[in-house]
Amino acid sequence: MTSPQIPSPSAGKTTPKSPVRGFSLALPGIFWMLVFFLLPLIFVLVASFMSRGRGGVPEWPLTTANFERTFGVFLPVVLRSLRIAFLSTLFCLLLGYPLAFFISTRTKTRNRQLALFFILLPFWTNLLVRTYAIQTILGREGLINTMLLSVGIIQEPLTMLNTSGAVLLGLVYTYLPFMVLPVYAAVERLDTRYVEAAFDLGANDWQAFWRVIVPLTMPGVVAGCTLVFIPAIGSFVTPDLLGGTRGLMIGNLIQRQFSGNGNIPLGSAVSVVLMVVVLLGAFINVRFGEERSS
Amino acid sequence: MTPSEQANGGAWVRTLGRSLMWVSPLVSYFFLWAPIAVLIVFSFNDSGSVSEWRGFTVRWYQNIINNTFASGTGTTRFQTELLLNSVYNSLFVASTATVVSSIIGTTLALALARGRFPGKRILDAILYLPVVIPDITQGISLAVFFRILFEFVDTVTGQRVTSGFATIIIGHVAFNISFVTIVVRARLATMDARLEEAAGDLGANSLQAFWFVTLPILLPGIAAGGLLAFTLSLDDFVVTFFTAGVGTTTLPMFVYGMLKQRVPPEINAISTIMIVVSMVLVGVSLLLQGRLAEGE
Repeated sequence: MTSPQIPSPSAGKTTPKSPVRGFSLALPGIFWMLVFFLLPLIFVLVASFMSRGRGGVPEWPLTTANFERTFGVFLPVVLRSLRIAFLSTLFCLLLGYPLAFFISTRTKTRNRQLALFFILLPFWTNLLVRTYAIQTILGREGLINTMLLSVGIIQEPLTMLNTSGAVLLGLVYTYLPFMVLPVYAAVERLDTRYVEAAFDLGANDWQAFWRVIVPLTMPGVVAGCTLVFIPAIGSFVTPDLLGGTRGLMIGNLIQRQFSGNGNIPLGSAVSVVLMVVVLLGAFINVRFGEERSS
Repeated sequence: MTPSEQANGGAWVRTLGRSLMWVSPLVSYFFLWAPIAVLIVFSFNDSGSVSEWRGFTVRWYQNIINNTFASGTGTTRFQTELLLNSVYNSLFVASTATVVSSIIGTTLALALARGRFPGKRILDAILYLPVVIPDITQGISLAVFFRILFEFVDTVTGQRVTSGFATIIIGHVAFNISFVTIVVRARLATMDARLEEAAGDLGANSLQAFWFVTLPILLPGIAAGGLLAFTLSLDDFVVTFFTAGVGTTTLPMFVYGMLKQRVPPEINAISTIMIVVSMVLVGVSLLLQGRLAEGE
């Protein structure tokens, strides 16, 4: 991800003509963001407190029933989504942290670029195609089942697709690059002299790792974790294609309320809950993540 | 270099750490590439599924070219047209959304970096919302918004308006503006503002200063932002899904439809083509970026 830089306060302010400058330049962007991004979100927020009318359309009077249902009958799905998103983040970290070190310890610049390139390349392939690829491997007649059956390890095909495990695998597969990039950036910035100093002062490998390397790369880890957690908790395509009913997540819940004879107020309420979770995650990143340290 | 050059600590910890440092990344690379490799290899499989290998064939690619799909029992003769149509729709949506969001995003970046007006900080915060808000939320909020808007237009003017390319493009621009603005502003931040002042001192008006000084320097940033917007737009499924109308099927929607209904054996070939095309595009864009970076 691009870490934005705040222009220095002196930039462009050396010739003050009027207190308000550049507002007209910002107008198209402000208009678009307000009308086609913020206003729709406000509509969802309002709709989440409305009742269900005919055909699932929002209707007065105001009610909190949608939120009661979200934390009532839908609670298992919300909790499952949180669990799957947390586990995806954890597995991405377990795979991504050593990977980031591996990339940054390639001594030749060219090898380093290649190692990074081969992490990023799958990411630029369409999400649906990547998810389908996982389907062909996990399916009842997929590659793993075919191989295990032919070797004779199993007699019956294993059910791997349409489980929450498949969703977890799909999410780790999809978002691993999001973990590697910020951690890699943090590892690159790591001043190895601190590590040498730790050894000089009598630290063993373990101590040097836990008490020097880990704290110094922590901003990258926090950034990576939020970058994985946020899209994972809000994912729709991955659980839709890999999860079935057993791997249903918040995103699928929302989509169902908006298709056919759904329940727009209820779907809106679930969306609002999702937004709150995501904004909490984003707040943690802004507070403790990569951008603060740089 | 691993920090373990000095001789202290348990030797087994070091051996374990060293081997993990090799094994774990290799597992990760395998994990990332195996599904893609399987897809590509089995797109040349005669049996049309991954459960058995029945010999090499380019049949599925020929079917796509010859406009015949072997889906289900009989062959149907319109699928390739639909596929090509969805590719065309995707390119149309992505390029329009890219042009619009590049212009709006660049002006917004300029305003944020050089301007001074009330509400700038709030605008700054709002800019990051589309980056973090899940696409499903953006999709359904636009669906609700357009529904209400169309109902309103219907009651006021009596005209029936429906979703279509316009609604998809509006939605794509709404999330693309943020990405373009962030990328262009990062570029603006590294630019020396005194260059514009120098242009002014030498007699250029503000439009000339922008056209001859600021814009050429910003161009790599705008190109990078536009490329990001194009990719995001081309790949987007969820927002498109909720803002699309009849006859506006994009490529991701077409693929989703195939995966949701009966999966034709040609899908491996289609996926392989998509993988190859996106990899070529990434390769070319990286080369271009390298060229631009060198040209500085």
